Amino acid sequence: MTETLNKEPVTSKATVPANKKEDTVKKVVIICSKGTLEDVYAALIMANGALADGRDAKLFFTFFGLDAITKSKADHLHTATVGNPAFMPAMPTMIGGLPGFEKFASYMMKKQMDKLDIPNVTEFIEMIDAGGGEIYACKLAADMFKLEEKDFLPEVKGIITVGDMYALADGEGSHFIFI
Amino acid sequence: MNGQQIELNEEGYMKNPAQWSKEWAHQIAGEYEITLTDKHFEVLNWLREKQAEGVALNIRKVGKSGIVDIKQFYALFPGGPLKVSSRIAGIPKPVSCV
Repeated sequence: MTETLNKEPVTSKATVPANKKEDTVKKVVIICSKGTLEDVYAALIMANGALADGRDAKLFFTFFGLDAITKSKADHLHTATVGNPAFMPAMPTMIGGLPGFEKFASYMMKKQMDKLDIPNVTEFIEMIDAGGGEIYACKLAADMFKLEEKDFLPEVKGIITVGDMYALADGEGSHFIFI
Repeated sequence: MNGQQIELNEEGYMKNPAQWSKEWAHQIAGEYEITLTDKHFEVLNWLREKQAEGVALNIRKVGKSGIVDIKQFYALFPGGPLKVSSRIAGIPKPVSCV
């Protein structure tokens, strides 16, 4: 192999050839049950990444995950500073519980993501919708939190049952991811 | 192609974007069953320009290029728009996760 103009990162070495027609992972159904910033982003990045890679993606938000598709909350998600041992391990847990600390930590995290050109939640959802991904809310959780269609972002295709959610995975090469 | 040896990496991406030609683009697009239009070429040229400037490309940036929005980009290059268009544009495979 001769030298390349643009050095490729090591990560791209093991990937499947771009022109390979057959692909066994055809669709991902991602269930997001959490409302913390990092969990929601994991769901959004995986869904968007699947679409960008030519795969189908469906997102099903349930329980606190509904915050990610609720108009008033989507762009104000927080990261947990208490009960999160991976967050600043050298810092005493009590500090994480101080008033305003969680807001500050979330602000810093969002600022860092902005630097990396990662869109905010509502823009991410728009991107997924534009890429042909489908977004759904869980009926039971919506009932529990007294949320209706008007409370959700316009990209939300519907409020559906568990049975409907399983039906989203119909077809060969379909996979579930639970967050 | 045209007596010229085009170097590709193991994934079929062109190693040297300077070897790119419209004929090449049409040939690779054919592999994806895409018939290239002027709009396709507008996107391809934009990608080549940005890549030459050293911009780390991602779908979001293409959506803000003023040439196509994200939905149109997916429609023009089905099956992973940036991956496919980069290969047709003769530039390296994008490495963005967003």
